[in-house]
Amino acid sequence: MAEVLVYVDHVDGAVRKPTLELLTLARRIGEPVAVALGAGAENTAATLAEHGAVKVLTHDASEYADYLVVPKVDALQAAVEAVSPAAVLVPSSAEGKEVAARLALRIGSGIITDAVDLEAGDEGPVATQSVFAASFTTKSRVSTGTPVITVKPNSAAVEAAPAAGAVEALAVTFSAQATGTKVTGRTARESTGRPELTEAAIVVSGGRGVNGAENFAIIEALADSLGAAVGASRAAVDAGWYPHTNQVGQTGKSVSPQLYIANGISGAIQHRAGMQTSKTIVAVNKDAEAPIFDLVDYGVVGDLFDVVPQLTEEIKTRKG
Amino acid sequence: MSLRIVVTVKYVPDATGDRHFADDLTVDRDDVDGLLSELDEYAVEQALQISENSDDDVEITVLTVGPEDAKDALRKALSMGADKAIHVEDDDLHGTDVIGTSLVLAKAIEKAGYDLVISGMASTDGTAGVVPALLAERLGVPQVTLLSEVSVEDGTVKGRRDGDAASEQLEAALPAVVSVTDQSGEARYPSFKGIMAAKKKPVESWDLSDLDIEAEQVGLEGSWTAVDVANERPARTAGTIVKDEGEGGKQLAEYLASQKFI
Ligand SMILES: Cc1cc2nc3c(=O)[nH]c(=O)nc-3n(C[C@H](O)[C@H](O)[C@H](O)COP(=O)(O)OP(=O)(O)OC[C@H]3O[C@@H](n4cnc5c(N)ncnc54)[C@H](O)[C@@H]3O)c2cc1C
Ligand SMILES: Cc1cc2nc3c(=O)[nH]c(=O)nc-3n(C[C@H](O)[C@H](O)[C@H](O)COP(=O)(O)OP(=O)(O)OC[C@H]3O[C@@H](n4cnc5c(N)ncnc54)[C@H](O)[C@@H]3O)c2cc1C
Repeated sequence: MAEVLVYVDHVDGAVRKPTLELLTLARRIGEPVAVALGAGAENTAATLAEHGAVKVLTHDASEYADYLVVPKVDALQAAVEAVSPAAVLVPSSAEGKEVAARLALRIGSGIITDAVDLEAGDEGPVATQSVFAASFTTKSRVSTGTPVITVKPNSAAVEAAPAAGAVEALAVTFSAQATGTKVTGRTARESTGRPELTEAAIVVSGGRGVNGAENFAIIEALADSLGAAVGASRAAVDAGWYPHTNQVGQTGKSVSPQLYIANGISGAIQHRAGMQTSKTIVAVNKDAEAPIFDLVDYGVVGDLFDVVPQLTEEIKTRKG
Repeated sequence: MSLRIVVTVKYVPDATGDRHFADDLTVDRDDVDGLLSELDEYAVEQALQISENSDDDVEITVLTVGPEDAKDALRKALSMGADKAIHVEDDDLHGTDVIGTSLVLAKAIEKAGYDLVISGMASTDGTAGVVPALLAERLGVPQVTLLSEVSVEDGTVKGRRDGDAASEQLEAALPAVVSVTDQSGEARYPSFKGIMAAKKKPVESWDLSDLDIEAEQVGLEGSWTAVDVANERPARTAGTIVKDEGEGGKQLAEYLASQKFI
């Protein structure tokens, strides 16, 4: 069976969930071969094997941390040349997309970005995209070269599928461009202990209606009662009430959880672009005319300062 | 010293309009008004700020690849304060994918001459967010992308990239390709004076032959990707909406329990 390269997103050897989803999708079109780069790359092998990687190509060099994007493109290109895969799958992170695009150009291939589903087709893998703020669904394919496809988080259920996961060292020669953009400093983001926004099964968001940074405690309390991630609208982020990394929408994260709860958010098109594909949508808003209510499975017209704390209490009581 | 900045700006259908696909599965541009992609306003703004903070002679050229109407996007950027504009327009460009678009932009940037390219973080229609990286690859210069802060001094571009796991400080020697996010600073509104001045600024028009690009390399024919199906997503069926009369939170909890979320 044809091999499919899967680019591994990991932090010091801890594989992030979107990569495991890619392994599931990769098995629909061939045998997954994973490529893990940088510090801790070899430690990814056990997890990747459990989820279907027949082989894990690894390489570590200081270039991956010290320079932007290009060293990873060089490595992925070396992997493509070593394996001649039927397709290359990359998680749709900001960096993942840039790596994938440069790779595609180098190997003479088309690229599809932000796929939300993937299946085998007569003329190669068929990717589903959710476009125009999720108002249209398209099916596309790469018609020239080795399909390079980036896939959004939450596009498939993670399935265990034990495979050999044999670790092999990848030989990489860095290009002249590899050291062009130096990373001169790095500040790691503090962990909140809450689930990762794009990976969470439940997201609880707050908007301008939350009316102040201190009031976000109400949103966090609801999130914690459900084990959810916290999101925010751009209005709330721009006001400085919550970090930009939690912004949901076109220029923030796009989320696709089982449940999305929007509190004090009107539902502007750019916000909808990032949450419209959530399975169940719930909103609390005091304006019965707010466009968010066009999307909801269940909505409460009311003041969030009354409704949200009562909801949180009730959840705690029910969970006992 | 002089610094030549080329800002890439895309003309896109208004996201708040009713966007659709045409019969050939490309974007239907007839039904919806177009405008300068809002995220490219941030790129124009940063170019203007780099110019204002510089002792050098800075020349800002705005560049678009798009149909006749795309001139509107150039006019907007010129009225914000850019110096001149280049419009690449050719019937054969209809339906070009990201690989083809980056080819046309890269050839035009080379022809125009540049020290720094500034792009938006993503267009508001295709939203791929990959054209700046492709430009860097094609031009063979450093990419310093997705910056929420950017500055240029002594032939070096510096910036901050706020990623998921960390915030990074980046640095590269010019020439380079930069892209900026909507966190980089609010874009200015064109002043009346700016709008009047824009009418007199030069707009050059180039077609594929000016850039030595063959028709087969671009357009639907030249695309390395193919769209086979585009379906409108069925509208969500109307949900239950209740008015809070003191029990709204409890009613919502009951709903969440019925759906097995609690
Ligand atoms: C290029 C571009 C990109 C953008 N990207 C994004 C993005 O990624 N994400 C994003 O969110 N936005 C984005 N926006 C902004 C977007 O257009 C809206 O401005 C924004 O989403 C509005 O946020 P909001 O719903 O919190 O605020 P508002 O639209 O002001 O809505 C606040 C809502 O809260 C309700 N409310 C007020 N008080 C209460 C209360 N006590 N109880 C209950 N309800 C209350 C009000 O009725 C209102 O509906 C973008 C815009 C542009 C131009
Ligand atoms: C819904 C949709 C989905 C698409 N999916 C794909 C896909 O998966 N693969 C693919 O190959 N093509 C795809 N395309 C086509 C692609 O959008 C176009 O080729 C487009 O011109 C470039 O990509 P982008 O708009 O996504 O730009 P992005 O990569 O998001 O743009 C980033 C920046 O590049 C600059 N830029 C981009 N286009 C231009 C331009 N024409 N003129 C000047 N500056 C520009 C701007 O500064 C912009 O801010 C898609 C188009 C649509 C409408």
